[in-house]
Amino acid sequence: MLIEALAIGGLGLASALGLGVAARIFAVEVDPLVQEIEEALPGANCGGCGFAGCASAAVAIASGKAPANVCVGGGPEIGATIAKILGVEVSFREPQIALPDCTYGTDKAELKFNYDGVRDCRAAVLLAGGAKVCEIGCLGLGTCAKACPFGAITIGADNLPHIDPSLCTGCGTCERVCPKNIIHLSSSTDRILQFNALENCVAPCQATCPAQINIPGYIKAVAEGRYEDAVLIIKEHNPLPLVCGRVCPHPCEDACRRGLDGEPVNINHIKRFAADYELNSGKRIKPLLLPSNGRKVAIIGGGPAGLTVAYYLVRLGYVPTIFEQQPKLGGMLRYGIPEYRLPKKILDWEIQGILELGVEARVNQKMGHDFTLQSLKDEGFEAIFVGPGCWASRNMQLEGEDLQGVLPGTDMLIDRGLEKPTPVGEKVVIIGGGNTALDCARTCWRLGAKEVTVLYRRSRKEMPANDIEVEEGAHEGLNYKFLAAPTRLIGENGKLKALEYITMELGEPDASGRRRPVPKKGSETIIEVDNVIAAIGQFPDLAFLEGDSGLKVTRWNTIDADETLGQTSVPGIFAAGDAVSGAATVVAAIGGARKAARSIHLYLGGKAQGDPERWYKKPSDVNRRITQIVGAPEPGTRAKMRELTVSERANSFVEVELGLLEEDARREAQRCLQCGLICYKKAGDSASCAACAGK
Amino acid sequence: MSFGDYLLFIVGAILVNNILLAKFLGNCPFLGVSKRMDTATGMSMAVIFVTTLAGMITWVVQYYMLVPLEIEYLQTIAFILVIAALVQLVEIIMQKTMPALYRALGIFLPLITTNCAVLGVAIINIGEEYDFVDTLVFSFSSAVGYSLALILFAGIRERFAMAPIPKVFEGTAIGLVTAGFLALAFSGFGGLVGH
Repeated sequence: MLIEALAIGGLGLASALGLGVAARIFAVEVDPLVQEIEEALPGANCGGCGFAGCASAAVAIASGKAPANVCVGGGPEIGATIAKILGVEVSFREPQIALPDCTYGTDKAELKFNYDGVRDCRAAVLLAGGAKVCEIGCLGLGTCAKACPFGAITIGADNLPHIDPSLCTGCGTCERVCPKNIIHLSSSTDRILQFNALENCVAPCQATCPAQINIPGYIKAVAEGRYEDAVLIIKEHNPLPLVCGRVCPHPCEDACRRGLDGEPVNINHIKRFAADYELNSGKRIKPLLLPSNGRKVAIIGGGPAGLTVAYYLVRLGYVPTIFEQQPKLGGMLRYGIPEYRLPKKILDWEIQGILELGVEARVNQKMGHDFTLQSLKDEGFEAIFVGPGCWASRNMQLEGEDLQGVLPGTDMLIDRGLEKPTPVGEKVVIIGGGNTALDCARTCWRLGAKEVTVLYRRSRKEMPANDIEVEEGAHEGLNYKFLAAPTRLIGENGKLKALEYITMELGEPDASGRRRPVPKKGSETIIEVDNVIAAIGQFPDLAFLEGDSGLKVTRWNTIDADETLGQTSVPGIFAAGDAVSGAATVVAAIGGARKAARSIHLYLGGKAQGDPERWYKKPSDVNRRITQIVGAPEPGTRAKMRELTVSERANSFVEVELGLLEEDARREAQRCLQCGLICYKKAGDSASCAACAGK
Repeated sequence: MSFGDYLLFIVGAILVNNILLAKFLGNCPFLGVSKRMDTATGMSMAVIFVTTLAGMITWVVQYYMLVPLEIEYLQTIAFILVIAALVQLVEIIMQKTMPALYRALGIFLPLITTNCAVLGVAIINIGEEYDFVDTLVFSFSSAVGYSLALILFAGIRERFAMAPIPKVFEGTAIGLVTAGFLALAFSGFGGLVGH
């Protein structure tokens, strides 16, 4: 027993001595810092950080070549531990996820690579591209999915990568391996600051939408029943989905490629369905907010532009304060759009959602009276956004305009919004052909007017109001008198009694491209009226701008600002919305305001506001039918929204449109072609791809 | 033995009696380190070094310590002690001379300690009553055979990433199936040499 013990013990001793000598000879000075960091790392060697294992990552962190939070597999706790070891402060890192740009899968193309036996995107690219004609499209062989260390990517039935945001750590491995650069890391800030650029793959609807909402994205989400995702996609570029779902004139639908083969997709009502889903769930679907940086921005005007700027700035970490002249926020949404189109409680809920993000609002604050631009600067506001909207009505320049019973359309709608009494007589004539005119007419009908006539100087075809508004007005019994213009207002004892109008005929096209109406001599007619409401145009009331503000004003009495950047003539002061463009749509104000928010962010970061020359300026017409190229979903019939009957609407301001049912919304969403850029060419198809882009 | 005999001896050790695919020793690192070619290559180099050295030293320990002291029954424990010390030695040397490979191998390096192929070769050397030169050649050849199998297997497994493998077979499952096919392929070398 002694011999065995001595033998094995001796062998052990010899080994220990040998190792001891070797350790002396081959001694490596291990940096204790590296060692400590390595011990803090998970030791899984996943490679997601871009280094060959945790030991390599530890060396990189200790030498400053990688940040403390480089470990994407271990989560923020490990980042915090390493930061503590390094003695650096832990700060917020905006989460990123991978997003594929391409929306057109290889199932639409001949696949050379499959029969060549190539199953890797990088190898396929090396084979000179095969049958593909697109420079930017996804090859669909799924190298990104194979490379993802966290299993966050799968290749769907459409041969496109699908990312699971809950698994994606933003490590960027997919971005590194993709040979076509169609997959990119994207943060909330990136998406807020992103505007459609010429090189982007965007569907015609998205290219046309002034707010640039990812319309195919949210429609797809609704079609698949992912309603919360749909709401988040909409809120990326539009903070007022409930409002827009009700009042947007949806130019996107005019560009919808489905419309070339039948009825366009009912895009706006699908948006309203998603927005109503959030409302009815009672749960706010909140977007990501960056931590507050404490920098204050003043926003003058609490309408759609001001609310949008506030929404994006608070998401970017700023502290926005809205100064509103009226007792409540909403601007023309509240004081210009009647209750039956946009109920106030819905508007309140939408605005409350923005305020809950951390936006301060000071109502009953009139510029020039309660504060000035200088007082805002003195209060510590580092940038100012001006978005007062268009609140003043153009007058008719007619004799008798000051008679009792004649009033501007906006004044009447504002009085309604302020819940002031707004009595109207039995016979009312509305002058104008826009949405405001229709709003006034339909409001008067609800207020009990027996005969409401809309007088418009051009033909029905030239009428700028939304078709649906004109149709609904007709259902409600409005009279339309086209090609007629008022010439004189006749009164008695200071009170309106009659209106004289003249018949018009269309002449040569004017600067707007519409045929100029020319009066027919001797065709004057006099009708008895109780009220004449003029809705012939609006302009911003800029009297509040104090003389020395330095803000330049255009000859149309709008604020002189760059419509792409929102920059005014004074550095640090930005503007957007109707006060810059003239009276336009809510969605246009939202689009302009997001651009202004971007400019404010860049300005406060000390950066140039950028060269947007590669942004889409004007989308071209869609002229190709997608169904001729690929198998597309069946056209189906366009979903119709339920609405109140005409008898239910009389004397009532209850909302007329009732929204789509879930099954209708999903069926309607499934009509969407999901068109983007057509990247591929099937054998024998001579169609070029670029023509299909919404450029 | 003549040169020809040695050649057959080497071929036999590498292909016919492959320590991994014919004797099924060292399967753990075979499956664990064969997902990437670079780590498989590094592991192979480490195994060749350790096995050759272990074969020689265990032969010396056997014939100059265990046999004279008549304690051959302690062969396994003595050999494990020697191999463990050798692995530590390799780790120390590699950290100094090949830091990149050392870092890349990471947790796989200590796996060699538990690599039964190394112990298996050492015990076969004694069991077959090889002399010192035969031991040297056999140990080296067996390790080369191990490396060959490992590198071939890593080459195949790298292609798994691009292959449409059914979900249930992904990972170790398809690895084991493939290892079986590889062993079957190597059995085709049977009869190439005399034993």
